[in-house]
Amino acid sequence: MLKIQNLHARVEGKDILRGLDLQIGPGEVHAIMGPNGSGKSTLGHVLAGRPGYEVTDGSVTYRGEDLLAMDTEERARSGVFLAFQYPVEIPGVSNMEFLKASVDAVRESRGDAALDAVTFMKRAREACKAADLPVDFLKRGVNEGFSGGEKKRNELIQMMLLEPSLCLLDETDSGLDIDALQVVAKGVNSLRDGKRSFVLVTHYQRLLNYIEPDHVHVLAGGRIVRSGDKSLALDLEERGYAWLEDEVA
Amino acid sequence: MGFMEQPLAEARAPHWLQSLQARGQSRWSAGKLPTRRTENWKYTPLTGLRDDYRVAAASDVAPAKLPDALAQGLGGTRLVFVDGVYQPSLSSVELPEGLQLCRFADASDAQAALIAEHLDTLVGGQAEPFASLNTATLRDGVFLHVAANADVQTPVHLLWLVRAADAPTAISQRVLVLAESGSRATVVEQFLSLNGAEASFTSGVTELKLEANAKLHHYRLHEESGEAIHIGAVHARLERDANLDSFHLALGSRLKRVDVVVHHAGPGAHADLNGVYLPRGDEHIDYHTTIEHAVPHCTTDEVFRGIVGDKATAVFNGRIHIHPDAQKTRAELSNRNLLTSTEAEVNTKPELEIYADDVQCAHGATVARIDDLALHYLRTRGVSRDEAEVMLSFGFINELIDGMALEPLREYLRPLLAKRFARDDTLARHLL
Repeated sequence: MLKIQNLHARVEGKDILRGLDLQIGPGEVHAIMGPNGSGKSTLGHVLAGRPGYEVTDGSVTYRGEDLLAMDTEERARSGVFLAFQYPVEIPGVSNMEFLKASVDAVRESRGDAALDAVTFMKRAREACKAADLPVDFLKRGVNEGFSGGEKKRNELIQMMLLEPSLCLLDETDSGLDIDALQVVAKGVNSLRDGKRSFVLVTHYQRLLNYIEPDHVHVLAGGRIVRSGDKSLALDLEERGYAWLEDEVA
Repeated sequence: MGFMEQPLAEARAPHWLQSLQARGQSRWSAGKLPTRRTENWKYTPLTGLRDDYRVAAASDVAPAKLPDALAQGLGGTRLVFVDGVYQPSLSSVELPEGLQLCRFADASDAQAALIAEHLDTLVGGQAEPFASLNTATLRDGVFLHVAANADVQTPVHLLWLVRAADAPTAISQRVLVLAESGSRATVVEQFLSLNGAEASFTSGVTELKLEANAKLHHYRLHEESGEAIHIGAVHARLERDANLDSFHLALGSRLKRVDVVVHHAGPGAHADLNGVYLPRGDEHIDYHTTIEHAVPHCTTDEVFRGIVGDKATAVFNGRIHIHPDAQKTRAELSNRNLLTSTEAEVNTKPELEIYADDVQCAHGATVARIDDLALHYLRTRGVSRDEAEVMLSFGFINELIDGMALEPLREYLRPLLAKRFARDDTLARHLL
């Protein structure tokens, strides 16, 4: 599904990723953990093609294609979805208009017929229900005035409607209370179908109590410094990141 | 002959109107056209004014068809003028209880007395010398009289169509609204080019008088295009606890200059003043607003937004003047601009002049380009860059449209604006 080799990336003249390797197979759930400033969010932004995130070396292959050569919208249309840590507010454009534009663009590129308004509305309502967000939120401006938790649920709604192949969740759990975390986890688990892959970027082990990862990686200094199964996350929870950073140094 | 040296007045005007015209004529003749050295006109050159505008006679104006988007109407009374000439066949006058509406030419004696008493009492100041020109060229006007405590739910739609097909045409528009105490009403003034490119000069002056506790929704839409020039003004006076909810829109043309002056004359008055300007190509739009806080306990919320594209230019000058007695004033002014090309230009100047010490005032102006992060966010959801730009431009303006009270007007404006930002309609399809 995704193969990252020796990835180096720079933001505002500063090297953040320094030789990151990661391979993700279909249906797998990978958790990437790491201390602040280790490059966790940078990885998500680089994969989504955010301007200002400059790849200086290495390669990213997604389903056999060079992901880095694709425009941001092409990546999205080919099934890569990044749930933002800080979703963007777009006042004046309703959530509904935004979701429809998004779903239409992705379906069109896949060669699927556009959803008619009734079917789309039905799916949007279902997604709202699954994300435990009132349907009224569809009429509001995109993320406009939403609380942190509501924004994360709105990301989940988008993910459900776009049906991506590779979901990157950038600290989706940060700032969520337990109830909201369970809703998001339930939503993610419902999307696990054996083919769809997930990368959970997180600072806390807590999320992994609800979404069980196949692999856990520790990112430090812009590289994966340790990989293991879910027990690694528990080690980290207990011992913090310092011992690993020391060990690597 | 130079620009409007000897404006034509209608020969058959009633006597009271003739004396007004004469007054305007003498002020206009005595005045001088502003130049770039006139502070109020620094960024708006008048070089586009022609010497050969002529006033259309009633017999010159052929019947017109309403544009499709307006055929539906706004659900109330509608008066339509073409090149300044009233068109009864396009108009529909159904007056709800408490509302009187007449053209100056048809005014009854009682109405004429009211017009003579109130007309031309608010104009002057920064809108000169063009306010005098308007009075001098007054041929026809509309008087709207809302009776005390009348609650008029349906809007009054005043539509000025510009055709100017045969020659550069001068159009004079004048409106007087007298909203008596405790009344509520809605007025929509709209200016629209029928053909697109022809040269015209419109002088449009509206006076709004709100007596105690009156509420008026006032919309003024400038959709003249091409070579059209409009120099106009809206003057409002708010007595105690009166409430003015106003919205201005200007799509671009050769030149548009609109002065909006709101005078808080009684305590407790409130004004919402929202506006949008969207010049592109080599168009120019200039809004000058002035809020006079003359008495205590009045409030103003003013938001103007512009999107300026191509080589277009825009001016926004927003002045809030708080007089020494106007304690406990709250006034907020925001002006945000989006430039969608490197050659577009906007000159924005919010001005606060405060002579009272117990007031809350805030003002801010920004000039920016489309937000990169918002653009990126939309693209990460598969939306193309072109469509994302349309959505963001639309959203920037639509925030103000969404706040409009008159729903049929929101429904008219949404597709108009969505398409305006899109090179082709498919880019606007998710906003329609």
